Amino acid sequence: MTYDGHFRVWRGDDGGELVDYTVEVNEGEVVLDIIHRLQATQTPDLAVRWNCKAGKCGSCSAEINGHPRLMCMTRMSIFEEADTITVTPMRTFPVIRDLVTDVSYNYEKARQIPAFEPPADLEPGEYRMAQVDVGRSQEFRKCIECFLCQDVCHVIRDHEDNKAAYAGPRFFIRAAELAMHPLDARNDRATFARDQQGVGLCNITKCCTEVCPENITITDNAIIPMKERVVDRHYDPLVWLGNKIRRREH
Amino acid sequence: MTDLERHAYDVLVIGAGGSGLRAAIEAREAGLRVAIVCKSLFGKAHTVMAEGGIAASMGNSNPHDNWQVHFGDTMRGGKFLNNPRMAELHAKEAPRRVWELETYGALFDRTPEGKISQRNFGGHEYARLAHVGDRTGLELIRTLQQKIVSLQQEDEREFGDAEARLKVFMELTITELMHDGGAPDGPVSGAFGYWRESGRFVLFDAPAVVLATGGIGKSFKVTSNSWEYTGDGHALALRAGAKLINMEFVQFHPTGMVWPPSVKGILVTESVRGDGGVLRNSEGKRFMFEYVPEVFRGQYATTEEEADGWYEDPEHNKRPPELLPRDEVARAINSEVKEGRGSEHGGVFLDVSTRLPADEIKRRLPSMHHQFLELADVDITAQPMEVGPTCHYVMGGIEVDPDTGASSVPGLFAVGEVTGGMHGSNRLGGNSLGDLLVFGQRTGAGAAAYAAAASKDRPTVIDASIDAVTATAEEPFQREGGESPYTLHQELQQVMNDLVGIIRREPEMQEALDKLADIRERAAHLSVEGRRQFNPGWHLALDLRNMLQVSECVARSALERQESRGGHTREDFPGMDAKWRSVNLACHLDPATGMVQLTRQQVPTIRDDLMHLFERSELEKYFTTEELADFQDVRQGEDDQS
Ligand SMILES: Cc1cc2nc3c(=O)[nH]c(=O)nc-3n(C[C@H](O)[C@H](O)[C@H](O)COP(=O)(O)OP(=O)(O)OC[C@H]3O[C@@H](n4cnc5c(N)ncnc54)[C@H](O)[C@@H]3O)c2cc1C
Ligand code: SF4
Ligand code: SF4
Ligand code: FES
Repeated sequence: MTYDGHFRVWRGDDGGELVDYTVEVNEGEVVLDIIHRLQATQTPDLAVRWNCKAGKCGSCSAEINGHPRLMCMTRMSIFEEADTITVTPMRTFPVIRDLVTDVSYNYEKARQIPAFEPPADLEPGEYRMAQVDVGRSQEFRKCIECFLCQDVCHVIRDHEDNKAAYAGPRFFIRAAELAMHPLDARNDRATFARDQQGVGLCNITKCCTEVCPENITITDNAIIPMKERVVDRHYDPLVWLGNKIRRREH
Repeated sequence: MTDLERHAYDVLVIGAGGSGLRAAIEAREAGLRVAIVCKSLFGKAHTVMAEGGIAASMGNSNPHDNWQVHFGDTMRGGKFLNNPRMAELHAKEAPRRVWELETYGALFDRTPEGKISQRNFGGHEYARLAHVGDRTGLELIRTLQQKIVSLQQEDEREFGDAEARLKVFMELTITELMHDGGAPDGPVSGAFGYWRESGRFVLFDAPAVVLATGGIGKSFKVTSNSWEYTGDGHALALRAGAKLINMEFVQFHPTGMVWPPSVKGILVTESVRGDGGVLRNSEGKRFMFEYVPEVFRGQYATTEEEADGWYEDPEHNKRPPELLPRDEVARAINSEVKEGRGSEHGGVFLDVSTRLPADEIKRRLPSMHHQFLELADVDITAQPMEVGPTCHYVMGGIEVDPDTGASSVPGLFAVGEVTGGMHGSNRLGGNSLGDLLVFGQRTGAGAAAYAAAASKDRPTVIDASIDAVTATAEEPFQREGGESPYTLHQELQQVMNDLVGIIRREPEMQEALDKLADIRERAAHLSVEGRRQFNPGWHLALDLRNMLQVSECVARSALERQESRGGHTREDFPGMDAKWRSVNLACHLDPATGMVQLTRQQVPTIRDDLMHLFERSELEKYFTTEELADFQDVRQGEDDQS
């Protein structure tokens, strides 16, 4: 089940080019295996990020035939043997070299969101939360920060100048996660998403949800509720702020 | 001298896994200026891959649990070779450290009363692991990462500079530690490294350096570890004059994926067994019942009925033998395969599909479900998994003072997987994440106190030292026509896997040492193409030196220890020998030759009150008659709270 696969890989920085390679492919392999084989046999200085090789760390993001994907979770068996497979770096971020991009934009955006604010009246060990209530935020905490959703979002993919005002789907779910955290002491998360994160620029195309390797329902479960919360201050808070409010009543 | 970027901090933390981040938080909260350095992006350290949970005796699932029981389990798991003070501090402080994470924003799975839910794991008497599905490490690292961001936000408000007192240097590799005034046996004064992206060299001046670099698994072919695990911290410490203890103890996790070949070694979490998964051989037999060793007889079920009863009613049933400590299960699987009862691809079957409803499997083990479906076309809700042992964790590491994390070299601290002692000869699942938090906090405080005291008279880095380490780093480019680092790395992995792996024999380890010497010689002549900018070939060439030094420590220690215990199994010395229980093997570099030297030292004695947490009848399985001469059972009172 071994064959010679055809690959076109981006080499160089923003002014780089696609280079053709023929590489051995074996049964059960993923795209990252092929990139590693290239490194070991033909291009020892091919730059690529990876860590876990099991879809858990979010390091190996790239675009495979134009689709944002994790290289370690893209099986070679989804392609035909005769296909030429094109591997390029994420387009939304500046290329450093080969498949490695400068993702510092995301770290800057992360730093702008006010952190979790612990409840003043509870000591460590006294936190009580129901599973159904933490479940909503837990969905967003599955995020492995692969930044594929950021890569695919046209608001910044096609408009570099939006970057300053727009935090992107990864950080909308962070805002939603905190808003839905049963014990977070702040209640301005949605306003923040509107005023500081630019959630209004998102026009709900759902592309982010489609590429998320963790299957987080970014648009429906985070962005839309955050937008609605912004539009209508009376958006039924019990649905998604349930426990936060109930706890205060006691 | 080459153009060099230079930074000065009070505390330099090398490593951004759970242990490094927790240490950095502590040092920063003590008011010091702290730098964190890591090889990958921030948030991608190995800790992110941890699945099962954090062991802490909070007693949420079983009120009988307390630190004494956890301490006992840890000592049994490590076959009483653990540093008892570390095991004690860990058991006592882990609950506090877990609760603290909730104040940083962590969201663990809950019990019906709304407390943190705790799950069963091998070697733990009670359900003890705080967890989030099977992605606990992700929660841990993200929580600490976000706490760091919140500290940076404080600095932004106070100083107008988010990085005033805490800065993360990511994708930067440290290649050498520096000594005050260049004296090789003096205190440390900083560290030298390079930006992975640009290849530019960087020097950190710092009176206190914390090594939090994780493990060594990339020296083995089949491993659950990532490229980062090249034993850098172990080797940096060795070269700086510190000692490594217990290096013969390498944990082979019983359940790694075996098929397809490209995923071989990737971890299958122990939670699968904790939540009811069973091991069967090709004959369909639940073989673990045959492998309960003498020391654990009486603590594990002998029939399937009893084992199955335990999941529902642990008070009246004994635990299934699938939940024996990892070393036992890994050896059992190894034997089954060797005796021809393995699966098609050389593993055994791990089945949870017949034990839990599909929905429940997807809820409790979502990332395992995803991992097998995506990478192996196996639906674990309907089919068994094929699994086999994989190199997972190193128990051995830098010898440190349990209370402060200080090594024997002034100013050098260590924490996390890079340290030795806490886990003895075998680590229990969940005890690593606890270790990171408990000793992260302590080491951060220890390093901060040391740095504060050293601030008046800061140690210095001299130019000659910088020139020397720069030259070493650039060497691979100076040579032409040498072998590729990739080839040498593959050979090293094969040697360690085949000759110093899960079952060890004297002649094979001798052979391994010869081969390591040969690879070391060839590595001194390897060459690298291209430039310093993001060049993985060059990175590997520099890492290879570390892997070789650490592998030699493993092989030498393994050859020396003539018994089998925990993560060290000798076919030629199959039994556990009480005389070896009190012996720690320590590695250091001979300052004259730079070669690895081995010495024997005493395992720290267990305090009387801790000894009396066990019954004499149990201690007799581990200790010599002389060691127990004065020991008498005392009746334990009900009030064993502390
Ligand atoms: C798949 C898997 C599952 C696991 N599951 C569990 C579990 O459920 N429970 C449990 O308790 N344990 C588990 N473990 C073990 C546990 O995750 C690790 O032992 C632990 O996370 C190690 O943490 P650490 O802080 O010591 O180092 P790491 O998290 O590995 O971090 C090391 C850091 O050091 C940096 N570094 C290394 N060398 C250098 C250098 N030269 N220069 C600069 N930076 C450097 C790295 O970049 C990284 O940031 C698991 C391990 C694996 C592999
Ligand atoms: S739904 Fe919104 S955030 Fe997601 S990709 Fe579309 S515009 Fe971007
Ligand atoms: S939300 Fe999904 S796609 Fe976006 S960074 Fe997180 S894991 Fe990646
Ligand atoms: S390498 Fe970790 S997600 Fe691909």
